[in-house]
Amino acid sequence: MSATDIIGLSAAEAAREISSGTLAAGELFEVYRTRAAEHACGAGLNCFTWVASEASAEPAPGEDVAPGTQGGALRGVPLAVKDLFCTENVPSQSGSRILEGYLPPYTATAVSRLRRVGARLLGKTNQDEFAMGSSNENSAYGPVLNPWNRERVPGGSSGGSAAAVAAGLAPWALGTDTGGSIRQPAALCGIVGLKPTYGAVSRYGMIAFASSLDQAGPLTRDVTDAALMLRHLVGRDECDATSLAFPEEIELPSAERLDGIRLGVPEELTGGSAGDGSEGIEAGVLDAFRAALRRAEELGAEIVESIHLPHAPHALAAYYVLAPAEASSNLARFDGVRYGLRKMDPAHPGDLLGMYTRTRHDGFGAEVKRRIMLGTYALSSGYYDAYYGRAQRVRTKIAEDFHTAFDQVDLIVTPTAPTVAFKLGEKTEDPLAMYLNDYCTVPMSLAGIPAISIPCGLSDGLPVGLQIAGPAFSENRLLEAAHALERALGFDGSPTRVNGTTA
Amino acid sequence: MSAIEYEPVIGLEIHVQLKTKTKMFCGCELSFGDPPNTHTCPVCLGLPGSLPVANAKAVHFGLMIGMALDSELAPRSIFHRKNYFYPDLPKGYQISQYDEPLCKGGRLGEVRIHRVHLEEDAAKLIHVGSSGRIEGSEESIVDFNRGGTPLAEIVTEPDLSTPEQAGEWLRLLRTTLRALGVSDVNMEEGSLRCDANISLRPAGTTELGTKTEMKNMNSFRFIERGIRAEIVRQEMTLRAGENVMQETLHFDPVSDTITSLRSKEEAHDYRYFPEPDLVPMAIDRVMLDTAGGAMSELPAARAERLERTLSLSRESAQQLAFRAELGDYFEAALAAPVEPAPPAQALANWISSDLLARLEDDAGAGGGAGGDPLSSRVKPAAMASLVGMAASKLISVGAARQVLDRLVAEGGDPRAIVEVEGLAAMGDAEDLGAIVAAALAANADAAERVRSGNVKAIGPIVGYVMRETKGRADGGEVTKLVNEQLGI
Repeated sequence: MSATDIIGLSAAEAAREISSGTLAAGELFEVYRTRAAEHACGAGLNCFTWVASEASAEPAPGEDVAPGTQGGALRGVPLAVKDLFCTENVPSQSGSRILEGYLPPYTATAVSRLRRVGARLLGKTNQDEFAMGSSNENSAYGPVLNPWNRERVPGGSSGGSAAAVAAGLAPWALGTDTGGSIRQPAALCGIVGLKPTYGAVSRYGMIAFASSLDQAGPLTRDVTDAALMLRHLVGRDECDATSLAFPEEIELPSAERLDGIRLGVPEELTGGSAGDGSEGIEAGVLDAFRAALRRAEELGAEIVESIHLPHAPHALAAYYVLAPAEASSNLARFDGVRYGLRKMDPAHPGDLLGMYTRTRHDGFGAEVKRRIMLGTYALSSGYYDAYYGRAQRVRTKIAEDFHTAFDQVDLIVTPTAPTVAFKLGEKTEDPLAMYLNDYCTVPMSLAGIPAISIPCGLSDGLPVGLQIAGPAFSENRLLEAAHALERALGFDGSPTRVNGTTA
Repeated sequence: MSAIEYEPVIGLEIHVQLKTKTKMFCGCELSFGDPPNTHTCPVCLGLPGSLPVANAKAVHFGLMIGMALDSELAPRSIFHRKNYFYPDLPKGYQISQYDEPLCKGGRLGEVRIHRVHLEEDAAKLIHVGSSGRIEGSEESIVDFNRGGTPLAEIVTEPDLSTPEQAGEWLRLLRTTLRALGVSDVNMEEGSLRCDANISLRPAGTTELGTKTEMKNMNSFRFIERGIRAEIVRQEMTLRAGENVMQETLHFDPVSDTITSLRSKEEAHDYRYFPEPDLVPMAIDRVMLDTAGGAMSELPAARAERLERTLSLSRESAQQLAFRAELGDYFEAALAAPVEPAPPAQALANWISSDLLARLEDDAGAGGGAGGDPLSSRVKPAAMASLVGMAASKLISVGAARQVLDRLVAEGGDPRAIVEVEGLAAMGDAEDLGAIVAAALAANADAAERVRSGNVKAIGPIVGYVMRETKGRADGGEVTKLVNEQLGI
């Protein structure tokens, strides 16, 4: 099999080839390892912050399992992992300078579960610092470039994971989503991204941004791969008190039709330009979205335009109180005492407070500092009820909105992001404009429900994402619908073939 | 100008390390005195990505404490994060409880309980250098073995009014917790720690004055001394026409001085919010039944029972109940089948004075028993037999004490010792009168002084008789005969 043929395989296909003996795991790994290394640590698309060396590419524990058994389902399939997952003795820096060179003594549950069934760690992918960002420009290790257009961002915060999968540098990648960090970069890079139900995947070993929202999930080339990875990710973990047993097996989807499926289109998240150009969804994105709905109708789906999520417009405001509040506390541990960066105040070398402030001043980037300050303020004595308390009440209302909506429809569809990939630097000076890119994804995060983004077309030669959301633990339903639509839409996810961009 | 009388108002905050096998939020074993940082893991080191999981046994112990303190046990309670920076706090926050604690209200003895909640202990900081504090130390090192140890924080209402009362109540609490088996409650090792909130108000008024909080006094003696010193300081402040400032204080028992740790303005804003890494604790029937089933009789209830059913004096009953090992020994002795059976009060007196004094005075001779009679050579049945004989005047008090000396040193059966040593009380047939007469003759001076009214001068005369009778003579009988023969 030629290298081009190998890269053309999805993860599920590669696993099958290895299983049947037509492809050697070592060969597969080496093809990807070479490609990944060309886009690492400042080179190429800058997708990776660490890539396995030839020597370190040892088989995963699950590769020893006898062929054909469940235990070896992913054996030999290379896996790109977002930097914020702790991987034993492998740098895990969460895109931050404060964790430069940090080598954890243990591996995150999500990663060990995939390794247990044979997946091999290919590399760690670049990301916005502590998962705070929508463009991957907040990484201490430099921005990631979008393989569709190198002047554009890949989205964030799982930008390195999304760009690596889109550019064929990895068969698939593990990412995390707090307010859209899997779905939005998947949309901007023209791939599939799934944020599971909160609690479905263990958070143990994920360097936390906002604990009540963070969720791990797959970034893949197609819906089948997303289902395949999710199958091995879900499950109760004794190390994560908020994790839950998934009530059913994750099936590999096979649906080709959407007969009888009611798809709700919430007006609040699908509106056109609000007039000021800031809140609206781009015309090109809306066109692709509407075209996808027509395809869904042709497949037998019922499009329900009358559903409402009345509190969804407040989701972003609530999110930017709750997530920074939790982050301000989660990031307090980076104090220079035990690990990571330690800087002393040169004027007062023995001073504890000086060490704290210097370490955090030098170690954190601007966006992280902004959110720590926002969160600290929101939790301050006298402000707690007005900010944190009220935001929690909004969150409850949003969850109730979805609950009501799912009485009327099976699934909810929206554009994933209001824009296609924007230019590097375009929104860095305007944090609010950047935050608005998560307008359509944050409500599902607050409600803790699953949502998938699949590519549904191009606008100005750049991919547009379609988001499908369902009730908690409806992942199988979500994947089946996404699978049927994916087939019908026939999106070609290779930037090289589509517009000649070479990765 | 007549001076206003002030009365102190004192409330206590007690931290108790729970005697679970593992830490509050991870699987590391609890330890004391082990090499530093040998009981740690990603969770209790606050490593990136680690998550806490609540220790069910700690919740169980918390419920037992709540039951012992007659608290209302919350059907649902949650953990909060208490945020502040310090090197002994690896996550930058302590997982504690805030407005939904495990137990609310309650009472122990005369003191109302405000609340009981669960939290995790900080690590141990050791400051190298002369200052002993983090400021000015050459370096500070952290031992995370203690970090994450489960703590129950017990907060009282301000129902105490003297340092002695505070100390006495704290002893009752310690005994209660020890009886529950939930903690070692050892102040020296830090498994019991106490802060005191202290304020003064004009006697007879009800409004509370400004309080100060005195931190971490690590012995009963220091607690009483610290509170006393702070009461004096506040009284002087008020008498000078100044206001007491709300602040957190440190008492140095060596110099008897009080220093301020931080003022109200410097107080932390802990930015409490619900811990998102943990789910709410739902206390169900099974957990309550399990906790209830694990409860033993508590000291206060035991004292009440001993007093009511055995007609012991309140002092004796409390002495036995508040030192569980004494109570257990007493009840074992009382249950021993000996003839004549000892009266309960006499047995209590012998155990808590004569026996205990011998064991505490000479732990070595007492077989290393220290103050614990159950591990001494004096078996409960032997004690019962001895007191029974003494109470029935089969042997004299003096003879009984000699036998007790032998029992403490060598153990054995008191009846056999009495027999072998010939210590039985003198029968009627023996002429005690003749021995008394001989004693008076041998101590003529003393006899003369007794005759002229000096009661104390009888000592040498009685001593002579006891020597002659090997202590078998009854002291009361001897005195009676002396007086008769001297014509008093």
